[in-house]
Amino acid sequence: MIAALRRVGAVTLFLFQVLGACIPALRRPGLIVRQVYNSGARSLIIIMLCGLFVGMVLGLQGYDLLSRFGSESALGVAAALGLLKELGPVVTALLFAGRAGTSLASEIGLMRATDQLTAMQVMAVDPMRHVVAPRFLGGVIAMPLLAAIFSVIGLFGAQLVGVTVMGVDSGTFWSQMQGSVGIDDVNEGLVKSLAFGVVCTLLAVFQGYNAEPTAEGVGLATTRTVITSSVLVLIVDYMLTAAFL
Amino acid sequence: MTPPVVEVRGVRYSAGPRQIFDGLDLTVAAGSITAVMGPSGTGKTTLLRLLTGQIQAEAGTVQVLGQEVATLGRKDLFALRRRLGMLFQNGALLTDLDVFENVAFPVREHARLPEPVLRRLVLMKLEAVGLRGAESMMPQELSGGMARRVALARAIVMDPEVLIYDEPFAGLDPVSMGIIVRLIHRLNDALGITSIVVSHDVQEVGSIADYSYLLAGGRAIAQGTTAELAASRDPAVRQFMQGSSEGPVEFHYPAPDYRAALLDAGDLRDSGHR
Repeated sequence: MIAALRRVGAVTLFLFQVLGACIPALRRPGLIVRQVYNSGARSLIIIMLCGLFVGMVLGLQGYDLLSRFGSESALGVAAALGLLKELGPVVTALLFAGRAGTSLASEIGLMRATDQLTAMQVMAVDPMRHVVAPRFLGGVIAMPLLAAIFSVIGLFGAQLVGVTVMGVDSGTFWSQMQGSVGIDDVNEGLVKSLAFGVVCTLLAVFQGYNAEPTAEGVGLATTRTVITSSVLVLIVDYMLTAAFL
Repeated sequence: MTPPVVEVRGVRYSAGPRQIFDGLDLTVAAGSITAVMGPSGTGKTTLLRLLTGQIQAEAGTVQVLGQEVATLGRKDLFALRRRLGMLFQNGALLTDLDVFENVAFPVREHARLPEPVLRRLVLMKLEAVGLRGAESMMPQELSGGMARRVALARAIVMDPEVLIYDEPFAGLDPVSMGIIVRLIHRLNDALGITSIVVSHDVQEVGSIADYSYLLAGGRAIAQGTTAELAASRDPAVRQFMQGSSEGPVEFHYPAPDYRAALLDAGDLRDSGHR
């Protein structure tokens, strides 16, 4: 219990250090753009693929459920709300933790193990500003973009199954969605994906930066990144959902 | 008289239960090549971490370029580090940057030079270590010796006053080792800097050092020129300088009685191998 509290304290202190390093890091936008590419663009294929299939499943299950009440026409609304408010941010965050989070943790952990971080310190360069802050900002910026792409592709998947396969009217599908989904729903998804971006990226850079400088230590850091990020994303999701209701 | 560049007095430091230094004294004269030698585990690298302010001594003082390292705030410590250059044992090159960008890295961070000036500066440093032709290679493509020479170019790119070498010869083939030895000597003379070389390669470091310290048991057990150390009658010094397995430094790490340990390991008949 004490060890867990100590860990929470360490992550919180680390967050303040990272936030402090973010302001000077903003003066080097090139570093941040490169990290948005590394965390975001390189996760794009898996996000799009998963988004498509999640949307298609949503289309099938949604149609099956709604047709029991004769409400197939609400499929567009159900898919849009499910994707924008829940599935988009949450599944993207879980995939992000597995793809970009592990990559960040192992990259920084290996930099620690090969003395690259120490070399920077000895060259009077703060690794928090040069390594950690750009990666943190890159992840936080990339997550909402990835979640948005996930949701759009998911909607396409739901439409593909609902309209093309199951025969829901295309006009009804889109018009009901347009009429019922408001900017608040979009904002909820945006806030969630931003929060998940902070959680996943912070944990990844924390684990990497504090990894034991050994092969086992780096491996442990990547495993911890996935586990803690996934659990925390689900906990934070519940808290934010409750807050938005 | 020029004040010493490094002055270590009565330093005590322990890592967990293990006492690394117990009253270490050491002085590095300006413009010299000073060797810090000793068997593995005697705290040579720890000494470099003390000098660069990565760790702090429990007792005693560490002065570098006239400043007490332990009392420096973050800003002053970074200012001091800009006057130092350090070559790491494995080079510690940044793996996402090519050779040119690795050498340019400290300059880009600390000085705003026009790109043509920066390019000339980096090429001059790469030429000094004989690797101008490798400027576009990635660290993964370099041999161990080449990586260390690139790291050396990076260490001198900011024209440091003190250059610190951590085991510069470890794991190198004889040719690469000879190149690094010559580079250390040439850079020290050409740039007028002070060099501190931490190593256990007696022959190589002894050939270029103006003064040497031999660390053992948490303190400097001997100091002097290479010739003076070679002529020492102290058994520990003789054992290290001659690379002998017989002497005060034992081959075996302290352990319980060998016979008792084997007997306590259990009955062979219980292991199923009859």
